[in-house]
Amino acid sequence: MSDMGLSKDVIYGRICQLIEPFNKKSVPLTPQTTFANDLDFDSLTVMDLVAAIEDEFDIVLPLNMLPDLETIQQVTDAVEKIIKG
Amino acid sequence: MDLLDKFDPLIAERDRMGYRDPDPLNIVMDEVLSATEAMINGRKIILAGTNNYMGMTFDPDAISAAKEALDKFGTGTTGSRILNGTYQGHKALERELEDFYGMDHAMVFSTGYQANLGMISTLAGRGDYVIIDADSHASIYDACAMGNADILRFRHNSVEDLEKRLKRLPENAAKLVVLEGVYSMLGDRAPLAELIAVSKAAGAQVLVDEAHSMGFCGETGRGVAQELGVEDQVDFIVGTFSKSVGTVGGFCLSNHPKFDVLRFACRPYMFTASLPPSVVASAISSIRSLKNAHNKRAHLWANVERLHSGLKDLGFKLGTKSVESPIVAVCFDSQEELFGMCQLLLAEGVYVNVARPPATPMGIYLLRCSLGAGHSVEQVDQILAAFKAAQEKFSASETLRDAAGDKNAADRQSPDAAVATG
Ligand SMILES: Cc1ncc(COP(=O)(O)O)c(C=O)c1O
Repeated sequence: MSDMGLSKDVIYGRICQLIEPFNKKSVPLTPQTTFANDLDFDSLTVMDLVAAIEDEFDIVLPLNMLPDLETIQQVTDAVEKIIKG
Repeated sequence: MDLLDKFDPLIAERDRMGYRDPDPLNIVMDEVLSATEAMINGRKIILAGTNNYMGMTFDPDAISAAKEALDKFGTGTTGSRILNGTYQGHKALERELEDFYGMDHAMVFSTGYQANLGMISTLAGRGDYVIIDADSHASIYDACAMGNADILRFRHNSVEDLEKRLKRLPENAAKLVVLEGVYSMLGDRAPLAELIAVSKAAGAQVLVDEAHSMGFCGETGRGVAQELGVEDQVDFIVGTFSKSVGTVGGFCLSNHPKFDVLRFACRPYMFTASLPPSVVASAISSIRSLKNAHNKRAHLWANVERLHSGLKDLGFKLGTKSVESPIVAVCFDSQEELFGMCQLLLAEGVYVNVARPPATPMGIYLLRCSLGAGHSVEQVDQILAAFKAAQEKFSASETLRDAAGDKNAADRQSPDAAVATG
């Protein structure tokens, strides 16, 4: 899989791009930005974002992991780990 | 820090709505006159927002069976199915369900919510996958939160999206795909044949919740899977007695030879009291009569057609283009319009459900109308007349408020608090 070699920066950048359409209040994104508090995403929005991330990286990101993924950094780390297998 | 402080936004939200009288979220039925009428605030109201699809709540046979069971077996079992809570009635009810569905094994739960909670969380364990529709009922989401499986969600009713997600899963992992025959908010049906086909191709087992399709879909009322001729492809059927059966309780059916072991593994089955004998007796009576209720089914579908086309003619935006179920969802853009219409309808003598995000999909505000076989054609016409009157009054008040520049923007935001109807 060509995605194996994706660097963390590339993954982070792509995730930020995926967040933008949901970022209705144009909150500036940083690795420490939180989904619930900073971005004010409700649970349905978060699940739609997860679907977009899964499709972007062709991975499985189970919803039961969500409680541990509060910031963009944490999602980036989780995606990197899943890609590496 | 107080534990309940986290609910302050919800309290504020409720307060903001609270000036309304009657409050659409706090309707009390003081008397219930029939399957279709109740007294609310001293007035006789037509009920067009229940799940009484087959009008069974006042069925004379179901009532007399319940009375007899009360006299013979008492008011309750005071215990779990696996201890002192299994009476001959519970066994007879399971046989009745097996007969109704033509399947080998039935398990009766105390509610449909618990049936989903128990089945899904127990069937799929660590290392297994549960794949659910995005618009799944709260009981299905809660089952996922309770269990240890990995949870995936596919776009509502999208065969392509389900297939794509299944293809990413390890071939030899156990997988459970959870579907509903009819989705309770918009009243739309699942394309079960196609969804089941891609699930089976991926080696998944399939559970179908027929809560909002039992009684009136399919030749003998088993649900959408029967209507589409795909029952033999369904591994588990979940259902409830709280809608078409007219009482309370839940169930699961399967042909799986090992099914019975779940009685000793499924915690929402084991650790709660069993249904009272009177409920069991009325469920048996009603299920038996649903099987041959062909005339009732025909009457119900004709009434729904009448309501659906009547509302469409009045210019309302409906959840489905054509009739797919007895649920006719009327969609609005704002909470203000939703609550306003609900109140005006009550004033016109008609009760319907209000439903808001996140209980509804896609941020829709909807008045959920549902009919039952108990409604007469005249009542359907009264419901339509009430909608027409409410619509005229609402647009008159809108014009007034627009002129006064009094649009409450805050009311147009969706709160993240579930206000689910059945
Ligand atoms: C799809 C679905 N499944 C399960 C349930 C739960 O049924 P019960 O009322 O028996 O708990 C409902 C209704 O509440 C439902 O809409």
